[in-house]
Parts: sequence; structure tokens; C-alpha cells
Amino acid sequence: MFSDFDFNVIWRALPYMLQEGLVFTLTLTALATAGGIVLGTLLALMRLSSLPFLPQIAAGYVNTMRSLPLVLVIFWFYFLVPYIGQWVLQSDRPIAVGAFASSLITFTLFEAAYFSEIMRAGIQSISRGQLMAGYALGLNYRQVMGSVILPQAFRNMAPVLLTQTIVLFQDTSLVYVLSIPDFLGAASKVAQRDGRLVEMYLFAAAGYFLISFTASTLVKRLQRRIAIIR
Amino acid sequence: MSAMITLNNVSKFYGPTFQVLKDCSLTVAKGEVVVVCGPSGSGKSTLIKCVNALEPFESGDITVNGISLKAPGTDLPKLRARVGMVFQHFELFPHLKITENLCLAQQKVLGRSRDEAMTKGEMLLERVGLSQHAHKFPGQLSGGQQQRVAIARALAMDPIAMLFDEPTSALDPEMINEVLDVMVELAREGMTMMVVTHEMGFARKVAHRVVFMDRGEVVEDAETTSFFTEAKSERAQLFLSKILSH
Repeated sequence: MFSDFDFNVIWRALPYMLQEGLVFTLTLTALATAGGIVLGTLLALMRLSSLPFLPQIAAGYVNTMRSLPLVLVIFWFYFLVPYIGQWVLQSDRPIAVGAFASSLITFTLFEAAYFSEIMRAGIQSISRGQLMAGYALGLNYRQVMGSVILPQAFRNMAPVLLTQTIVLFQDTSLVYVLSIPDFLGAASKVAQRDGRLVEMYLFAAAGYFLISFTASTLVKRLQRRIAIIR
Repeated sequence: MSAMITLNNVSKFYGPTFQVLKDCSLTVAKGEVVVVCGPSGSGKSTLIKCVNALEPFESGDITVNGISLKAPGTDLPKLRARVGMVFQHFELFPHLKITENLCLAQQKVLGRSRDEAMTKGEMLLERVGLSQHAHKFPGQLSGGQQQRVAIARALAMDPIAMLFDEPTSALDPEMINEVLDVMVELAREGMTMMVVTHEMGFARKVAHRVVFMDRGEVVEDAETTSFFTEAKSERAQLFLSKILSH
């Protein structure tokens, strides 16, 4: 199997792998993380709200997303979003949604469900006394959340949020089912074209491993640095 | 003297059957210091949290400086901003430096500029004797120091009254006095204060009146001297005999 292993295959494919594949994967990861944390935090606040219906809506959303396989959601959005867009905008034909936009929407919505559970745990880890102290000073709900509760919840949950981001980074490889040239998709394309499956898939594996491993090491270090002094 | 805080028949339930507060009525006049005491579980902390609407209550009403908490349209955040509160567990914001703890609400609620807020904060920190700790985080201070910062944080809002919810109960014994000293000074300056505490020495020294609570009821409400010398109710006598015997 390794008798004709050819590093030149990897070497030649490197610019394409990095400039197209890796850039796509990292951009998707970064944007979906940002969007997922924002949406996830809103879902967590809804879920913990004392207003009617909001907790049920948020819980329904989170439970639905967590009960579906990611690949299915990716397919579903890719093929159905154009038709939903057509229906919403009342246009004559399906709305063209690019592969990138489609996968970004999918991952944002999907990961928001996971980030919201993390943020919910983070918010609940802050004692009720902090909430009361904020209110006692005259802050309103938005100010108490924005200045007192959420900053502490983020600090407490940062390691878990980043770990989830690493999982997201690996999950983005599933967009290859849409024939999108992400890092894995790009490797796959070259592998098929040149008939060099061993080299390209090993290289892709090494790439994912290197980035994920480095990132989790950094998370561990960060964890020690940003802990709130108690 | 006109009333600053008035409670009229305040009742509160946990669930359909358990009543934590039963028809509690009391008045704190402007400039008056009232100590609320009683055995644990008697509802004192719940009562004081009701005063600035941190705990909801089912019936009765509370007015603070003439404003009713139950009246529709009462701006609760605005009212709370004018009533300082000090908690048993300090509740400083652990992710913010001492200066930020002091400035946060001044800037966000009162709309003061950064400079104004800092000047006020530094002045109050000086007053509680902690100027050299301005740039530390709460976790780097002792319990007594944290509680003094918490008092300074409440005072920074220029409150018309101060509520203290067992301010020394979570402190090591040697730190209790540094906090009480600040409170005594505040009382002598004429601040309106409602204090839930077991520190009977503090009550004797500065309180005008002592309110004794048991099982959710205001059992006794008397002038400080007469409370200690001739408590009328048996329950108050029993309580006093237990805590003053040592």
C-alpha cells in the first residue's frame, strides 16, 4: 500500500488544499461559531425566561436540532432553502443560495442548539445573588445580563465553547456531501482526479489532527489564564 | 418625622400553602435606624428583599419615599437605584475590578461620566479605608474588605436609604467590627437604615428601634432600650435570653 507513496502528490496539491480548502473550512468554522454563539445565547436567555411560551419555543428548537443527524440537516437546507426562499419572497423561481451561504446557515442554526445548552449551563452557574445585586443597583434586565451575568457565564464556559468549536471545525467536513471543496472535499477531489487516495486522505487526516490538537492544547492553556479570581 | 419606608400588611407565600410573611407592617422614618432581628427562618431576609422588590409579595403594599411598589407604572429599576442594598455574601461582581464594581451602575443607571463616577468611587473607597485596593479584583480581598467595598458601591448611587441583609453573618469574627464601624459611622451621619442582623451590640449602639420577627410575623416593634430591658412578648424574651447569655 505504501510502496508507491508519493509526497509529490501532496506537494503539488498543497496550494489548492490550503488556499481553497482550508480557507473555506476555517471561514465556515469562524462565522458559524460566531453566529452560533450569538443565536445560542439568545436561545439560552429565552429558555431561562419567565415570560410565557419563550422557554417552550427555545426548548422545542434545541431538542429538534439535537435529534436530527447533521448530514440530514445539511442536505435539507441545501435542497429546501431555495424553495422556502421562493415561497417567502413570492418569486417565480427557486432562490439561488450558494453552497457557502447554505452551509453557513445550516451550521449556524445547528450549532446554536449546542451552544445554547452550554450557555444555559453557564448562566445557571452564576448565583442568584449576582442577579439580585445587579437589580439592587438599579440595572435593568438587559444591563444585568450584559454587564454582570453573561460576561461571567462566558468566562466560565469559554473552554467548553472552544471545545465545541473544535468539534464544529471537524463537523464542517460533512459539507463534502454537497461537493463543496472544503479541506476534506478538496483532498477528495484531488484524490479522485489523480487516483491518489492514500496520500490525499492521509494528508487530510494529518491536517485535521494537527489543527484540532493544537487548538485543544491552546484551550487548556487559556483555561488557566482567564479563570475568574475567587 | 415623615416615613421613608412603610410596609402595610405584607404577606408572601411560597406555593399555595406555605406563608413566609404574615401581615407584616412597620415603618422606618427618615433618618431612622431600624434593626430587624429574629431566629433564622423567621422571614427577616425575605422581608428586607421585598422592600426593594427583589422578592415579589402577594398582598399588602410597601411604599418607599412615597412611591408604592404595587402601583402600576412604578419604575422599579429607578426606585432600586435610590435604595442601597448590602447582601450577606457581598455579591461584588467577581469579573470586574473594584473600581469597575463602583462605577458600573453609576455610569449605566445614573448616566454619570467616567470621571465623575471614578471621583465618587475613589472618595467612597477612601472613606471605607480601601484606596490602595482600587485596582484589585474582589477575590483578592478578605471578606470584611469585600463587604466594605459593597457598602461603598451602594453609597456611590447616593441612596436615600440603605438596606442591610445580615451584612456580617458570612464574615470571620475578626472582620465583623471593620464592617460594623462603617455602618455605625453611616448611622451617625443620619442615613436611613434598615438592618437585618444578629449583632445586638450594633443595635444597642445606633438603632432607634428594634423589630423582632418570628415565623413570618412582626412580633415586637419597640424603642431600642425598651426592647432590651422590657420585651413584652415571650418569644422575644426567649430569643434575647438565648443570644445575650454569653
